[in-house]
Amino acid sequence: MAATGSDILWQLDGVRFGYADKPVLQGVDLALEPGCCHGVLGPNGSGKTTLLDLLCGLIAPDAGAITFAGKPLSRWSRRRLAMRLALVPQDFSVRFGFSVREVVEMGRHPHLPRFGHLEQEDHQLVDEVMEELDIVALGNRSVTQLSGGEKQRVAVARALAQNPEVLVLDEATSSLDIYHSLAILEAIRSRVRSGRLTVVAALHDLNLAGFFCDKLLFLRKGKLLYHGRVDDMLDATIIHDIYGVEARVHQDAFSGCNQVSFRLSR
Amino acid sequence: MHRPGRSWTTGIFLLLLLLLPCAMVVSATMGFMEVPAIDVLHAVLARFSQGTAIDPVVVAVVTDVRLPRIAAAVLVGGALAVCGTVFQAILLNPLADPYTLGISSGAAFGASLVIVLQLFGLVLPVSFSVPVFAFAGSVATLFAVLGLAGGDRRLSSTNLILSGVIVAAILSAAIGLLKFLADEQVGIIIFWLMGSLAGVSWADIALLVPVTFMGLLVCLVFGRELNIMATGEREAATLGVNTVRLRWILLVTCSLMSALCVAVSGIIGFVGLIVPHFLRYLVGPENRWLLVLSFLGGGLLLLFADTLTRAVLPAEVPIGVLTALLGGPVFCVIFTRRQRDGGNGF
Repeated sequence: MAATGSDILWQLDGVRFGYADKPVLQGVDLALEPGCCHGVLGPNGSGKTTLLDLLCGLIAPDAGAITFAGKPLSRWSRRRLAMRLALVPQDFSVRFGFSVREVVEMGRHPHLPRFGHLEQEDHQLVDEVMEELDIVALGNRSVTQLSGGEKQRVAVARALAQNPEVLVLDEATSSLDIYHSLAILEAIRSRVRSGRLTVVAALHDLNLAGFFCDKLLFLRKGKLLYHGRVDDMLDATIIHDIYGVEARVHQDAFSGCNQVSFRLSR
Repeated sequence: MHRPGRSWTTGIFLLLLLLLPCAMVVSATMGFMEVPAIDVLHAVLARFSQGTAIDPVVVAVVTDVRLPRIAAAVLVGGALAVCGTVFQAILLNPLADPYTLGISSGAAFGASLVIVLQLFGLVLPVSFSVPVFAFAGSVATLFAVLGLAGGDRRLSSTNLILSGVIVAAILSAAIGLLKFLADEQVGIIIFWLMGSLAGVSWADIALLVPVTFMGLLVCLVFGRELNIMATGEREAATLGVNTVRLRWILLVTCSLMSALCVAVSGIIGFVGLIVPHFLRYLVGPENRWLLVLSFLGGGLLLLFADTLTRAVLPAEVPIGVLTALLGGPVFCVIFTRRQRDGGNGF
């Protein structure tokens, strides 16, 4: 893990969020350090997306405080935040027929002055990320005509074109085939290893989490129950407590990381 | 969908830019009294200089009767098309325009209210109070529709259209009540319901010009944000767009523009819906181009329709009726085509 000192990127203290009197998240105390991949796991409806929305400043907590890079999140302007933080949503869709390249270029928006145009280095960066995500050939196609997996790669390219320090992935690879899942996650992971990126990713697949993440946090029914290093977190007792399934964790020599097999509890 | 290049877009821009003044001159030649094109230009010059050997009647007909109406047709058509472009982009809904969202009806209700209030002895200066009441009516309608459709977030197509239908139904009943109360003055209210550019004066143009161009400028300033809105509210926000502020500024700007259009010319539907659609099909969804082209295209279309009803048809059909009669079937064609193409036509 790329340790970058003791500084904390996000600090959450007693965070609560809910609709009416039904809490979606409550009592969340959390410190996320930069320079690694944080996996957010939990069953459906456990509050993963809500936590990500809070981290991105898209919603404000009902109670408690969130700071990002030492400053309360509510005091960040949208544009300043977008210069440092990018989001890849679960189902990326674009309403009108913009071309793939136009959508990736939108990632440069927070870095451009209001009446500015893309400069040489902006175009170069867009070229690089499109190459990296294998969507160069789609450049002139309309995004409305792409398959789900292709759209998702465009979403990742757009987020990387933002050149962020922090990337938030909301089940970004769940509609991708295994090749493109691994290829995208590896591209992101290499940026994390070289210390250029911090990732917070909501994931469904525990084995993908074992491959991709340095740290895991488990949510259940709106509460943060476990948080720690991936090797300690991929544990049969924890998985049973969170998901209610029997699990066996083994070190997999082939993929080089911990992997989990499951069965329903008898 | 084909991906047109920049030069294609520029070509369409230049074509429209050239067509518009030509169409204005041609339209000014047409009418009860035939005026040759050259005399139209002379009449305009005569207005600003003395001693031109041209019939003062021709000068009066061209500059006092026809030109204000022609200018109003261009400005109203352009403003409505710009509003349609913005509504469609900002609400992520290809069916949104001032007409389908009931905003024009709200403005008409406000304008009609002024007339009814007059009957009850509350005399307000009409030139000032009609636009103000129309604006208040349109903004109130806008918020009613947005509120019904689910507050600030997730303005889905169905919710929005349903809310628009509900609010428009209530407004049409309210306008019916005003018509009933207006009694003998009912003709003026019917004018707002059907739309007409017949009574336009230069004073209206003096109001339309600044509002329309300022409105267009404001929309252009936020052109890139409008593009990004197409990726959805959550994504736009994390790309640095202050979506709430953007909605506020642009919806209020466009309500002001459409309210003024209604105050001048009544309800004119379908221009704001069809022009952006058609142009988006031609040049793609880039809003900074689309706004400018919509202004030119909308102006051209309404000028065509108004000239048709003023000078070609045997009797003057209200322009709102004409645009709905022409625009409705065109919209049906676009709609069925979109379904056949699997939703990519927009």
